[in-house]
Amino acid sequence: MIHSLFIINVSGDVFMEKHWKSVISRSVCDYFFEEQKKISSPVDMPPVVATPHHYLITIFRNNLYFVATTTTEVAPLFVLEFLHRVVDIFEDYFGECNETIIKEHYVIIYELLDEMLDNGFPLATESNILKELIKPPNILRTIANTVTGKTNVSCTLPSGQLSNIPWRRSGVKYANNEAYFDVIEEVDAIIDKNGSTVFAEIQGYIDCCIKLSGMPDLTMTFVNPRLLDDLSLHPCIRFKRWENEKVLSFIPPDGNFRLISYHISSQSIVAIPIYLKHYISFREGKLDITVGPKQTMGRQVEEVSLEIPMPKSVANCNLTASQGRYTFDPVSKVLHWDVRKIDITKLPNIKGSISLGAGAGPVEANPTVTVHFVINQMAVSGLKVSRLDMYGEKYRPFKGVKYITKAGKYQFRL
Amino acid sequence: MAKGRSSFEFSESDYLDVPLNSVMDLQRIEKESGLPFNNDSLCVAYFRHDDLKQMLDSNRDNLKLEAMKRIIGMVAKGRDASELFPAVVKNVVSKNAEVKKLVYVYLVRYAEEQQDCALLSISTFQRALKDPNQLIRASALRVLSSIRVPMIVPIVMLAIRDASADMSPYVRKTAAHAIPKLYSLDPDQKEELVMVLDKLLSDRTTLVVGSAVMAFDEVCPERIDLIHKNYKKLCALLMDVDEWGQVMILNMLTRYARTQFVNPDLGDLTIDGEERPFYDDEEHENGDDGEEKDEKGSSEDDNEDGQKKKKLAGKKKGKEEEPSKHKAEMDPDHRLLLKNARPLLQSRNSAVVMAVVQLYYHVAPRPEVNIVVKALIRLLRSHTEVQAVVLSSIAAMSTSRQSLFEPYMKSFFVRSSDPTQIKLLKLEILTNIANETNIPLREFQTYISSQDKLFVAATITSIGRCASNIKQVAESCLNGLVSLLSHRDPAVVGGAVVVAKTLLQTQRSGSKPVIVQLAKMVDRVTVPPARAAILWLLGEYCERLPHLPPDVLRKMAKTFSDEEDIVKLQIINLAAKLQVTNPGQTTLLCQYILNLAKYDQSYDIRDRARFIRHLLFPENPETSKLSKYARKILLSSKPAPILQSKFKDRDFQVGSLSHFLNTRATGYQDLPPYPEVAPDPSVRYVEPPPSTVNAHEPIDFGFDSTHGKKSKKKQSKKLSFYSESEESQKSEGTGSESSSSSGGSTNNSSGDSESGTEDSESDSAESNKTDKSEQTGNSDDENTNEVLPSGKLKKNAPTVSSGKSKSQQATDRKVVRYKKKPNKSDTEEEETNSSSSSSDATKGSSSSDSERSYKKKSKNKNNKATKHKDASNVDLLLDMSRDSKATVDELTPPGLMGSLSGEIMNLTLSPSPQFGGSGTSTFGQIQTASAMFIPTKKTELINKISSGGVQVSYRYTRSPHLFSPLMTSIEIIIENTGKVPLKNVRIGQTMLPNGMSINEFQPLDMLDAEMGATAILGINFNDTTQGAKMDMHWETETGARKQTVTFNPKIGELIRPVTMSESLFMAEQGENSSSLGPSLLKAKLRGMNEHEGKAFVNKTLVSTTTTTPRHSLLVHRVYETVNVLQVPSVEDHLVRFAGQSLSSQTLVLVTIHLPEKDGTALVEDEDIPVAARIVVNCDKIVIGSMLAQELKEALK
Repeated sequence: MIHSLFIINVSGDVFMEKHWKSVISRSVCDYFFEEQKKISSPVDMPPVVATPHHYLITIFRNNLYFVATTTTEVAPLFVLEFLHRVVDIFEDYFGECNETIIKEHYVIIYELLDEMLDNGFPLATESNILKELIKPPNILRTIANTVTGKTNVSCTLPSGQLSNIPWRRSGVKYANNEAYFDVIEEVDAIIDKNGSTVFAEIQGYIDCCIKLSGMPDLTMTFVNPRLLDDLSLHPCIRFKRWENEKVLSFIPPDGNFRLISYHISSQSIVAIPIYLKHYISFREGKLDITVGPKQTMGRQVEEVSLEIPMPKSVANCNLTASQGRYTFDPVSKVLHWDVRKIDITKLPNIKGSISLGAGAGPVEANPTVTVHFVINQMAVSGLKVSRLDMYGEKYRPFKGVKYITKAGKYQFRL
Repeated sequence: MAKGRSSFEFSESDYLDVPLNSVMDLQRIEKESGLPFNNDSLCVAYFRHDDLKQMLDSNRDNLKLEAMKRIIGMVAKGRDASELFPAVVKNVVSKNAEVKKLVYVYLVRYAEEQQDCALLSISTFQRALKDPNQLIRASALRVLSSIRVPMIVPIVMLAIRDASADMSPYVRKTAAHAIPKLYSLDPDQKEELVMVLDKLLSDRTTLVVGSAVMAFDEVCPERIDLIHKNYKKLCALLMDVDEWGQVMILNMLTRYARTQFVNPDLGDLTIDGEERPFYDDEEHENGDDGEEKDEKGSSEDDNEDGQKKKKLAGKKKGKEEEPSKHKAEMDPDHRLLLKNARPLLQSRNSAVVMAVVQLYYHVAPRPEVNIVVKALIRLLRSHTEVQAVVLSSIAAMSTSRQSLFEPYMKSFFVRSSDPTQIKLLKLEILTNIANETNIPLREFQTYISSQDKLFVAATITSIGRCASNIKQVAESCLNGLVSLLSHRDPAVVGGAVVVAKTLLQTQRSGSKPVIVQLAKMVDRVTVPPARAAILWLLGEYCERLPHLPPDVLRKMAKTFSDEEDIVKLQIINLAAKLQVTNPGQTTLLCQYILNLAKYDQSYDIRDRARFIRHLLFPENPETSKLSKYARKILLSSKPAPILQSKFKDRDFQVGSLSHFLNTRATGYQDLPPYPEVAPDPSVRYVEPPPSTVNAHEPIDFGFDSTHGKKSKKKQSKKLSFYSESEESQKSEGTGSESSSSSGGSTNNSSGDSESGTEDSESDSAESNKTDKSEQTGNSDDENTNEVLPSGKLKKNAPTVSSGKSKSQQATDRKVVRYKKKPNKSDTEEEETNSSSSSSDATKGSSSSDSERSYKKKSKNKNNKATKHKDASNVDLLLDMSRDSKATVDELTPPGLMGSLSGEIMNLTLSPSPQFGGSGTSTFGQIQTASAMFIPTKKTELINKISSGGVQVSYRYTRSPHLFSPLMTSIEIIIENTGKVPLKNVRIGQTMLPNGMSINEFQPLDMLDAEMGATAILGINFNDTTQGAKMDMHWETETGARKQTVTFNPKIGELIRPVTMSESLFMAEQGENSSSLGPSLLKAKLRGMNEHEGKAFVNKTLVSTTTTTPRHSLLVHRVYETVNVLQVPSVEDHLVRFAGQSLSSQTLVLVTIHLPEKDGTALVEDEDIPVAARIVVNCDKIVIGSMLAQELKEALK
């Protein structure tokens, strides 16, 4: 299992290490650096690097490498998933997870890592349990602790650890009982030159923020549950009930969590909310792109932005945008156009000239445009929550559901 | 933290005026420790040591804490803090939890280096191991086992053994974690550790099981025999284990299944299932004529796929209609594993999903593997690293099972924003699953224009592979490649040429124009491998193109000296081949080239030239034998290279590290091949825990053994049936039943060790007699009496269990005979039961009513039964049904149902101690009791107005249900207020949430107008208050109707009363429930959760009047709400109740604290309510909290 963990920043500085078994010298990271030299971008780091005695399993997140070492056979996903969970927990505790934050909170991080893993095997990874064991830092508490002599470390076992609902702590109390559900759908699509959809699918999530006292037992029903044929569930959801009745029944964790994530695959028809009309020719040095909404059920398309990685031979762009702003980074050669809202009466357009660098050869391929957008109050798949019921508690909670459609990996091949 | 930082800054500034000579020290340290002397913080770290020691020695906790925090900071940065060890270790006794924790962290890090000092801390841990706080015990064990000091091995061993028997599951979990630690420290302890592990593996807590399996995997993966008896439990608990444990269990069970079950694809599936790898092997062996073979192979592949799809479709249909033949062949345990693993595909943890995928891939029958695909595709939206691992697994799976992923092809389309490693993997998969119908050539074309050169090159190779694998598209692929030849990028052109060459090699016909075109390009192509490829092609096909090659050779001769080595070699080759085929035009050229090569810098080329010269231009043509064969040597037909996925033949377990790296990782265990013959499956059948059988031990043996002898076969069939139902219900009750019957089947003199020899003797005697009695029609009861002389054995003993277990095979003829018998005998028990309960002073009138009617009825029946005793069996059967109808009409008391068999069952079961449950009865004298109050309140289910005259209502009978004690029995009262008779009133489709089960009432054939009937329905609510939804059907003359009804149980009805002593109650709840502190502690220790509520109790409820004893009204009110039993108590202000939940049999303890004032003094102001505190202790948080709420309401 996981032997040691090293956290390395992009400049190759091993600034934190933790060992669960015998100490492994950090020189083992040299193999990692060697591998790192071979790749052009940090995302291309192979997840597993074999060295003579160890295996280095790496994730790259928030511009940091988390390198776990193991000596024996282990399911790589097991370690990868755990490392991601570690980062999730850090983000949950400190708001974000970067080098400065980690350096600032060495002690809490060490305590957390110690609690999360025992002898390399995960022990407690539920944030609710961890938060009971080790209180997240906050200024008020720090002051209170110095005055009262209390500590951030609990000396009783969190009740959740023993119950069969480890994700919820007991004795939750709120003055205002609220439950918010965000149905977020991301559209992944590839649209080819002629505007026909090569491939489109939806990745959806229901993220919750639940602040309910006691032990509420919630039931969520959908108008059209058949849409969800492939989903992953938070462990709190009663699987059989979903399987038989297509009803999500669960005792929720306290706070923020992801209830389900679902996947509407490329086999079903997916609405394409946005289209591009484009003309690009490097020979003539011309670019003309118009963005327009399509199949948005009358909702406004917001926060639209386009990202066009230009070929290396492009020296500069001289464009005029009818709306929003554009920037061209001559180093990374990325043209970025921030469109904002789309006004249906006057579709946003950008056109102008592209100049190629002197002596650069002709450009053989057109770039791919990545589009970002947000559509509020709409779930592009048509998923709709029909009702939310609460059992087990007497009060009446405030309930809210929000729908958002976003662009995932939404690409146009020009 | 803010404070921490400020003090940090302060101390740093403090060090600014440190005298210079310390810097000398620093350099000395640097030399000794070998640490780099690179930044100022190290200076600070070093200088601070003295200061840190001082802080650690101080008396103030916050100074210590500050010091420890800084030390941990150093440890985290990887700086050496070992010299502080003695100073730190002293603080292991600190009272401050955080200081202690940090000391632990430090200790674990450095103990190995400072063994002697570390020993100083051991006694502290030994003390902490006995601490009443489970967290402290657990962390002490954790640290103790993490200190890698060989000297303490015996201490750790002892600690592990103790902890493995700890009552806190959390400590037991820690013990499981400690096992591999100790094993790696001292492998000699293995034997003893395995013993502990065996115990932990049989733990029933989900918390422990996952860790136990992890330890098993690390310490003794070869001891598969330890798993046998836990197999079913592991399968059943799989859903509830934490996600990391799930991964471990699934991986372990995959290996287990490979050793214990036969290949599920054997049999009818062999033809299309197993032959593919076989063909592949053949291909490798007979590589000589690979071309035809390859084509044949691929076309066969296609056929196979088609067949498989058809088969698959057929299978699916078959599954729904009837269990298909092949399914029946599978070991039910094998099926169980697959069934229970399947829901985990929906896990949010990719590792769990992958574990299920590999389980299915390696162990499931081939047609069932496709259910995992969707989940795998879903994982592709995860983080890059996860994607990479998943994609490489898919790549490997798709080499052997293309059809699995075909429908999802689009999900593997490459986005320009993907990282290169992902792009390459996706491309690999696309190539693997491409066939003539779905080949994504357009996509490939787009990829070629990508800016990622590595990816472009891979794409070209992929196109080549597609072309060679799919005959139908070979032509268009080749054309595509040719069009690439005019690409601007030389790398692309080069790649295309190489692939085109390979392609041309695999298909011999119709390539001439392509070769011509290639030859013409020789001037433009600059990439050496591509030039070499063109030259090789020309040489190979020079006979078909008589004019071109010599010309090309001429050009090459000019540029020979400027070429790369690889090209030079091919020039020599081309020259040699032309010399053989076309000597007239090329002899001079050839000699010229050989001369050039003779003086080349590379010895490879000089060697080649020398060899060719001697082959073609021998100095003495007569004697040179080799030159005669020059043509054969140079122009022999060469096998085409096989283009195949590099993921083919990865034999490692999918999703493992070895699989990802494609090399054997340390500690990787091969998946064993399926055994030819399955090992004995009976090893997995477990004996019931002794506690369940204890009480009714004499009951169990009789029937089993009688029938065990007569019909062994039947028993074994029943066995599998039971084991299935056990899993599906997860009910301990049926579990114990099935296992006891299994005991009977394997061992005639009953599986229970408790049953003495005397018993077994009487068994055989009895079985003889019963046989006889069957023939002669003698009275059974007499027989039994004779045969069981032992006074201890109740004469009704064998009959009770017979009635019980037999009723489940309702159609058996003998059943009737046995069913009759208990009538008389059981009334005795019932009598004692009811008399004991009636002796209680406060008793609901209805309850005594029902009891009386029970008695009446059973006696009634009893008489009749004796009357009919001489009649033949068939007659008896008829009589019985007649009887039942008659009695139902006569008296329909509450709590009885319309069918006789059921009613008798009810009677037979109620005294059975089985309800004591395995879970709780171990604690001692906890026995289930009958309800103290039976509610008469009916709840309306179907209104007569909405349903046209059918009024259905229900109420809780609070008596154990006959089918399973885990069920709440609900009496359904059906009244026909209409004018037409109802027919066939029954339950239709049920929609039950997870874990619930139902026992339907027997359909009512007929219900006349203005008549009523009752029926008993049993629902196992699985300790939740979720509604059970079902359809009720009935028919009238006008047609059939149905209505959906929902039973929403009250939490109080999901509990049954138990008797227990006050001392036991307090032991369960905590030492002294009046003082909250320790009670909480102890209760928490046991894992019981406490819920509190305050209620203002109406004065009247607690006041004492002359007629009723104190609190009786309050008690009654509690009884009305919750089905519990008062625990006799001496304390006046406390009222205690005990019960246990029906389904999981967890204890529910209710305590009501009343103010310690005398009730009578306050009688005057009755309006002022009394504040009472309600405390509910229950393992199940939901039950506890709901119950507390419920009681609060009830007592208002």
